[in-house]
Amino acid sequence: MSQSNGFMKALKCRECGREYPLGATHVCEFDFGPLEVAYDYERIRQSLTRETICSRPQNMWRYRELLPIAGEPTVGAKVGYTPLIKADRLAARLGIRELWIKNDAVNYPTLSFKDRVVSVALSRSVELGFKTVACASTGNLANSVAANAAAAGLQCYVFIPSDLEQGKVVNSLVYGANVVAIRGHYDEVNRLCAEIAGKYGWAFVNVNMRPYYAEGSKSMGFEIQEQLGWQIPEHTVVCMASGSLLTKIHKSYQEFSKLGLVQSHGWKIHGAQATGCSPITTAQKAGLDFFKPVKPNTIAKSLAIGTPADGFYALKVMKETGGHSDDVSDDEIREGIRMLAETEGIFAETAGGVTVGVAKKLIAQGKIPADSSAVLCITGNGLKTLEAMLGHCGDSRVIKPSLREFEALLASDQAEVAG
Amino acid sequence: MVEVLIPPQLRRLCDGEEAVEVGPGTLGEVLLQLQQRFNGIYDRLCQPDGRVRGSVLVLVNDEDVRFLRELQTPVCSGDSVRLIPAFAGG
Repeated sequence: MSQSNGFMKALKCRECGREYPLGATHVCEFDFGPLEVAYDYERIRQSLTRETICSRPQNMWRYRELLPIAGEPTVGAKVGYTPLIKADRLAARLGIRELWIKNDAVNYPTLSFKDRVVSVALSRSVELGFKTVACASTGNLANSVAANAAAAGLQCYVFIPSDLEQGKVVNSLVYGANVVAIRGHYDEVNRLCAEIAGKYGWAFVNVNMRPYYAEGSKSMGFEIQEQLGWQIPEHTVVCMASGSLLTKIHKSYQEFSKLGLVQSHGWKIHGAQATGCSPITTAQKAGLDFFKPVKPNTIAKSLAIGTPADGFYALKVMKETGGHSDDVSDDEIREGIRMLAETEGIFAETAGGVTVGVAKKLIAQGKIPADSSAVLCITGNGLKTLEAMLGHCGDSRVIKPSLREFEALLASDQAEVAG
Repeated sequence: MVEVLIPPQLRRLCDGEEAVEVGPGTLGEVLLQLQQRFNGIYDRLCQPDGRVRGSVLVLVNDEDVRFLRELQTPVCSGDSVRLIPAFAGG
């Protein structure tokens, strides 16, 4: 194996096992199966120990042997190592012994887990000599590609559905990215991007760079295990759009087990979707191995992928680990956002409301037992999806700058509590 | 005639063509016409049980055929068929 490829060996088709060079390509020519990075785990085992990891700066690159770049990261060097919060108040509300929140709502620099995948994809794009980067996005990815490309001095095109939340549109425009809004839902944006990627010599992070990009999600799982004291959580609840994050959290647990960094024991990974776009949970609940595509209609726009690329593999992970899934309505999503905010002081975007809402259901159903421990993966920040909560969490009360008016207001509150 | 857009992954098999024209019929018949011109393409697009592979999006006039009648979807003269790798996005 060439040392110039770092710890990577090849790209390998997940379906037929054919190998390809480590270039900008994402599917097998023979069966269109997804290509994944194959690693040299023997060399990684010699290099990556708990001591090595602990000696490195607190960012996602402390696990760099398991992330697919050849050299040192050139984009997003400070991403990751977000807080893992012990959420006792939310645990009491949901009726579970122990609960943890992995809070990527405060990931650096664009407040979502997408900074993880983008730092890998863009670092690899630079290694492969690309000058222009691009993506198809429901919002968070566009924000992250735009910001990280700006910081790296790369040209950037981001493609989004034209009905996204304003916060997500402005959060791409401000970095000077070329933002192209498509009149259509995300699946249509995605198809267009697959065709553009085939025609132009750009690095589309989630098309031709997808084998590298997707691996960045593993860092969320690596951090969870390290922050839990080198343990794999019994239960992990992950929201699903394409389903990729769920499969990569699972892979992170497998890799740390394989390398002896954690004790291997059973773990269950549970998936969460919005009822208005629930192709994967619908299939899982029906016991199917395949999903039927849907036309999305939900306030959780970051999860609104009707044809989820990794849906099949997410179903497989849930089946193999004994995990479950469920989906929640728009009102339940808002309730989930409020619950997390009111109990733990964390304002998540709509996808976070989905995760909390589904965790609540799975605990109530006994699918996540009340005497167990669970981690909820919160992937994005509520400040980007304000529209979803406007008018749904009360209004501020306006008074004159008068002590008398304030005391009247307070008396009215106290009377309400007493009454 | 029906225009079929060929993705980069299949162009080596299709003599480098980006688009080819075939006659109308059901989608299954369209794909069989492609097979007659480019031996092996049918197996790359369809599973042994005859269904379109989950790893390929087949669009007739921009609509995913899984929302239509899959291989029984009628494809008329003037329609377009797009073949797109499904493992992208997210």
